[in-house]
Amino acid sequence: MHELKAIYTVWLREMIRYFRAKERIISSLAMPLFWLLVFGSGIRAPIFGGEIDYTSFIAPGVIVMSIMFTSMHSGISVIWDRELGFMKEMLVAPISRISIVIGKSLGSATTALMQGCIILFLIFGIQNLSSEYFSGVKVNLFTFMIALPLMLLIALGIVGIGIGIASILDTLEGFGMIFNFLIMPMFFLSGALFPINNLPNWLRVLTYADPVTYGVEMLRFLMTGFSSIDFVLSFTVISLFTITMLLIGTYLFNKRG
Amino acid sequence: MEEDLVVFKMIQVQNLTKVFNNEIRAVDGINFNIKKGEIFGFLGPNGAGKTTTINMLCTLMKPTGGKATVCGYDIIKQPKKVRECIGIVFQDTTLDDQLTAKENLELHGRLYGVQKSKMKRRIEEVLELVELKDRADSIVKVFSSGMKRRLEMARGLIHYPKVLFLDEPTLGLDPQTRKHVWDYIVKLKKEHEITIFLTTHYMEEADELCDRVAIIDHGKIIAMDTPKRLKGGLGGDTIILDIPDEDVEKAKKIFKKSKIFDSQVLLSVKNAGREIKKVLEKAKKNKIEVIEANIRKPILNDVFLNLTGREIREEGVGLKEELKRRRRMRGH
Repeated sequence: MHELKAIYTVWLREMIRYFRAKERIISSLAMPLFWLLVFGSGIRAPIFGGEIDYTSFIAPGVIVMSIMFTSMHSGISVIWDRELGFMKEMLVAPISRISIVIGKSLGSATTALMQGCIILFLIFGIQNLSSEYFSGVKVNLFTFMIALPLMLLIALGIVGIGIGIASILDTLEGFGMIFNFLIMPMFFLSGALFPINNLPNWLRVLTYADPVTYGVEMLRFLMTGFSSIDFVLSFTVISLFTITMLLIGTYLFNKRG
Repeated sequence: MEEDLVVFKMIQVQNLTKVFNNEIRAVDGINFNIKKGEIFGFLGPNGAGKTTTINMLCTLMKPTGGKATVCGYDIIKQPKKVRECIGIVFQDTTLDDQLTAKENLELHGRLYGVQKSKMKRRIEEVLELVELKDRADSIVKVFSSGMKRRLEMARGLIHYPKVLFLDEPTLGLDPQTRKHVWDYIVKLKKEHEITIFLTTHYMEEADELCDRVAIIDHGKIIAMDTPKRLKGGLGGDTIILDIPDEDVEKAKKIFKKSKIFDSQVLLSVKNAGREIKKVLEKAKKNKIEVIEANIRKPILNDVFLNLTGREIREEGVGLKEELKRRRRMRGH
């Protein structure tokens, strides 16, 4: 019981911090919007034999991008907590380390989920204003309700990576490198921005090896009804990926003294 | 064992040892007991093993050898019990500076399982104690370092700890704030009967606050007693003569009972005021030039100097630097 309270407390702190940093919320929305509107309008190529327009095609991809970037904040916040000392306050409290990891993971995943929802709402809103954009995205309560757990699943997987890496690294500088050499490639290879059924072989291998691909495909099927990979397969792969990453992240966090 | 029944020992430490990298004995077989309601000070230069000892007693670090109990709980076997009954103020701040003072206290109360119904009153109480009540809703980021330290002390008290650990409680504070913090510490002992374990490398702090002081150097306790008796052990006042370097050898022969460090002659005497004339005459007769003569009533610094031959403020290297240095020496 006390551990549940501890998890809630750690989570609560992440929430307070998230809502206090208004600039962070706004700046993290800017990037996805640029992708959706500028990149989306600029390319304008029909996809899947003209079935859907490009803005609709990249919408799920951009949501996943936003979730990924926000989720990686879990790692940044672990390093911050360590440098600013608050980690010590948590470590010396009469609560287990697992509760700290779970609380922090849920905190970051929640913020990622909120970020994803905001973009989803923006897409729905823009679609209402102009039929030129996102015409292929299905807007209804059902889509939204199913999208929530799926987005959470993707978020938790990336959160696991973030916490694991933060437990190995000592500084925030090292974390920047991880962003450029792990997170960005994972995003670009995922088929978030291009269809993956007609790729050169070398790229196909990389794309299919990238777990994010399955997250994007899963969400794309839900939002547009089109995908290159079967929904059940995508869901299975992402579930396994998320469980593995959370276990590794927790293990590494625990191991660090 | 019989003594245990008479006075409950809040902290018992037996042969506690911590070895880093198989070679650096940061804490080297220390023994001490702390009674309920006592303010016990760990005095020593940086890198002497003070923080390592605190980290072990707070269950943040496992000892290499020996054992210890805090509030009657074993630090190795019952870490959770130990954590519930202690409060800690670390050397570096561990506040969340994006949150308000009150939010920091609330989070702490929740982590330590303070009941919701009691929380509000308790927060007011501790804020009042450190005179920060009117700043409860300010973001910690704007606090001065003295205010932060006070807030941390308040936070450490929220869950009614029986023992409070203070690691260098006044490090980096200006003299006025330091006096303030001292007042709170004394108040805690007097009004709340909290047992306090503090580390410091300020002599006057140990002297002013502590009921008993353990002097620690290179991981070993080299003396332990009340400040008064530690000073008394020096045999009264000290006469200090500053002499030129070339006279040092001569002085060694003449003032046989003295201690000479660099070009300072330290003479322990019963009453310095009366005896200084004799000492100066003796120096003059033996052609030892005296640049300056000073009288000093005993302070704890002399105890340390007497025991180790070093001034405590010649700060040694911290443990982290020492580990880094050794790693470099081995070439990786």
